Amino acid sequence: MTMEPRTSVIEKRLKNIKRIIAVASGKGGVGKSLVASSLALHLAHHGYKVGLLDLDLYGPSSHIILGIKDEFPTEEKGIIPPTVHGISFMSIVYFTQEKPSPFRGVDISNIILELLAITQWGSLDFLIIDMPPGIGDETLDVIRYMKTSEFLVVTTPSKVAMGAVSKLLKILIELKKPVLGVIENMTMTDSSFIKQEVKKLKVQYLGKIHFDETLEEAIGNADRLAETQAMKNLAVVLRKINL
Amino acid sequence: MHEWALAESIVMAAVETAQKENLKIITEVTVHIGELQQIEKEIFLFALNELAKSQKPKIKNDAFHLKIEKGTLTCKTCGHTWKYSDMKKKLNETESESIHFIPEVVFVHARCPKCGSPDFEITKGRGVTLTSIKGAR
Repeated sequence: MTMEPRTSVIEKRLKNIKRIIAVASGKGGVGKSLVASSLALHLAHHGYKVGLLDLDLYGPSSHIILGIKDEFPTEEKGIIPPTVHGISFMSIVYFTQEKPSPFRGVDISNIILELLAITQWGSLDFLIIDMPPGIGDETLDVIRYMKTSEFLVVTTPSKVAMGAVSKLLKILIELKKPVLGVIENMTMTDSSFIKQEVKKLKVQYLGKIHFDETLEEAIGNADRLAETQAMKNLAVVLRKINL
Repeated sequence: MHEWALAESIVMAAVETAQKENLKIITEVTVHIGELQQIEKEIFLFALNELAKSQKPKIKNDAFHLKIEKGTLTCKTCGHTWKYSDMKKKLNETESESIHFIPEVVFVHARCPKCGSPDFEITKGRGVTLTSIKGAR
């Protein structure tokens, strides 16, 4: 016999986390990492105990958005993520040192299992997951191993993005996963196309984050990020789901 | 020590299996430790024995047997097979430490020594697996 032991301990590692929210999209480049990082910051500013897990293993970027560098987890009966800007932050980047990460699917699942088995989050009000795009290994593993996870879905106003996002929403609905709603990011017009498409799927449309030209300058600086119009828009959107 | 977290997964998996099999006592648990994970055998055994106390079903003293599995890698591009112990000499301390935590980052920090491809696989010696449990009903 050969038995995978790590799956046995995951539930214990997550048991003191009140809510797990996976920020996902069917499409890349729609602003998932920005929404995930901003959501984690927003919750931390409101006094919640927050963790942020970057599961975009090929292109981790939450650490760039939040300006996290020269940090490393502490080893104590596992690994304890460092707390930065009030957020317990875990990412593959601690172990890849910004080098390219050519992983195959089986490796992705092994990495996720390892991270979930050895990370000691302690007690958290929220664990936010920055998901990679699509409905591949990472999404399936989050559904499989993080059974209480809820999904917050991000799209842009583009028909192209919504095409892929619809597929993600349909599979989440089919698997009966809770979907908190859809955020329309980087809007430039008053189009109601996304709102109508989301409503067809009987999912809550949460609102728009307008394209913010000043946002790029705030990347890497959590204090400046908190002051951006995009973050203010996000706060309004989040009120709809009591976050 | 992150060995503790992996030891905990072994003990929990052994207990779950024993409960399914209605064992009253676990007498022997064999664990394979992949070379890539570079587990400190003494620390790991200490953690296993500490965690084994007060489990249900009971785990016999010194029930754990550890076997180190040598790491072997095979290139998907050129078919070359090599030993992790040979490759390890070329890794710096940070790279080696990173592989200790997450063995798959070997694909980030190393390349096939013959053709330079990052597209290789760990054919043996990845991580920690439970290979046998013995007990009495």
